[in-house]
Amino acid sequence: MRLTCPLCGPRDRREFYYYGHEDYLQRPGPDAGPEAWDDHLHLRDNIAGEVRDLWYHETGCAQWLVVTRNTVTHEILSTELVADRKKKGVRA
Amino acid sequence: MRYSGWKVITQGLLGNKGWTPAWREPAPKAEYDAIIIGGGGHGLSTAYYLAKNHGLRNIAVLEKGYLGGGNVGRNTTIVRANYFLKGNQEFYSHSLKLWEGLEAELNYNVMHSQRGLINLFHSDGQRDAFARRGNSMINQGDDAILLDREGVREHLPYLDFEQTRFPIYGGLLHPRGGTARHDAVAWGYARGADRLGVDLIQNCEVTGIDIENGKVVGVQTSRGAIKAKKVGIVVAGRSSQVAAMAGMRLPIESHILQAFVTEGLKPVIHHVISFGMGHFYMSQSDKGGLVFGGDLDFYASYAARGNLPMVEHVMEAGMTLMPMIGRAKVLRSWGGIMDMSPDGSPIIDKTHIDGLYLDCGWNYGGFKAVPASGWCMAHLMATDQSHEVARRFRLDRFRTGHLLDEEGTGSQHNLH
Ligand SMILES: Cc1cc2nc3c(=O)[nH]c(=O)nc-3n(C[C@H](O)[C@H](O)[C@H](O)COP(=O)(O)OP(=O)(O)OC[C@H]3O[C@@H](n4cnc5c(N)ncnc54)[C@H](O)[C@@H]3O)c2cc1C
Ligand SMILES: [Zn+2]
Repeated sequence: MRLTCPLCGPRDRREFYYYGHEDYLQRPGPDAGPEAWDDHLHLRDNIAGEVRDLWYHETGCAQWLVVTRNTVTHEILSTELVADRKKKGVRA
Repeated sequence: MRYSGWKVITQGLLGNKGWTPAWREPAPKAEYDAIIIGGGGHGLSTAYYLAKNHGLRNIAVLEKGYLGGGNVGRNTTIVRANYFLKGNQEFYSHSLKLWEGLEAELNYNVMHSQRGLINLFHSDGQRDAFARRGNSMINQGDDAILLDREGVREHLPYLDFEQTRFPIYGGLLHPRGGTARHDAVAWGYARGADRLGVDLIQNCEVTGIDIENGKVVGVQTSRGAIKAKKVGIVVAGRSSQVAAMAGMRLPIESHILQAFVTEGLKPVIHHVISFGMGHFYMSQSDKGGLVFGGDLDFYASYAARGNLPMVEHVMEAGMTLMPMIGRAKVLRSWGGIMDMSPDGSPIIDKTHIDGLYLDCGWNYGGFKAVPASGWCMAHLMATDQSHEVARRFRLDRFRTGHLLDEEGTGSQHNLH
């Protein structure tokens, strides 16, 4: 499996650290309450098919990526820098 | 038909013509008292104990493929009771005791072999942690022996003790730990359940869960609608999808775990060896194959196959620990879909829907749990009360903060 980093180009999967679903980008406020934190930390749609999740280009440019990929076929559909998404105003 | 040594001999003399099928192939009825979704180890044992311990007779197990085609037939069969936390300890202890009587209970040879499990340690800090774990296992009533380096050498002389990365300081021996024949466990429970009248329905995929006024009334399947007032979801790696049919979102992420087996060799490895620091473990099957594996591939996946980086990592770890295996040829590798929970511990609980129960979150360790999970899930479905050894496996513990994080790695599904 190879992921295309927007900065570094196509790279071996071993250069990346997988964190989890992009849900992790929506961090609740400190007072959001147990439901919101449970949702953020634990509950997942866990889809068999197309998902977006967070990968860290650990041994490359040290950027966080949102990767759109298929959990059934392992196909990588697209990658985007978290930083770029924020610039575009996509709610992180 | 009752199985025995005598039957094997007489059938052998009669050309093995007298064996009958181990279970029926019934068509689904319109209604059952209880339905179990999923014909893996946990689903089959749940059905067996619902019938055996609680006297229910009108039960169906609905399996989308064939019985035992999921993780129960793909795992590396380690059976152990070496947990540390209250909540896990009593459950796995109960499970191991059930294993010890399982063959007599089921009249089926599940090849349970208590060959001893050795967990290696490689530093003073790890030794302290293992000593503490061993003490807590003994307090629980199970067995543990702390071995120093020479103690490990007596059991496993072929390890590379002086390797520079993780020199071996010793190991925690769990003499009652071991392995079993995975398929036989599924088949034994299937046959036992069938004999108690349970309908085992294969090629029957559940596609919907029918709920009326907050109560479950039945399921939709690829073989038509079936009514039931009690439904148990016991589908391991597919838990999120089936729970979504009831509008639920679970604290589960599905991940791929790979395993490997070599060609058959003469007996050489007599224990189960676990090399946690290198993410590697191994045992030898009764057929002679070296059965081994490592960690998850680490990214969410529903493909029942893994990627090469983990293959390489596992091989490297194996070679670091026991260079003698270098010339064995790998015969096969495969993967299974693991239902990873955010604290590494399972869920056996009611849901907010009346009559709908959930058994999932087994991570990579649910094979050893097959007997106790079925025992406790059956208890829950029959009595609406959690069994005392499973009462901490609650679905709401993540929200309330009562986690059972055995490894202390935090709320990230793939780190357990
Ligand atoms: C490589 C590997 C190594 C492992 N090693 C160990 C080990 O050494 N020790 C240990 O204790 N554990 C181990 N495990 C974990 C263990 O195998 C699992 O935790 C356990 O088998 C899961 O429970 P099960 O047997 O009920 O799952 P499964 O056998 O996966 O059963 C679930 C069943 O549900 C069915 N299903 C899914 N969706 C539907 C639907 N919609 N309708 C009908 N049926 C459905 C599936 O087809 C499947 O048969 C390992 C797992 C793997 C993959
Ligand atoms: Zn990069």
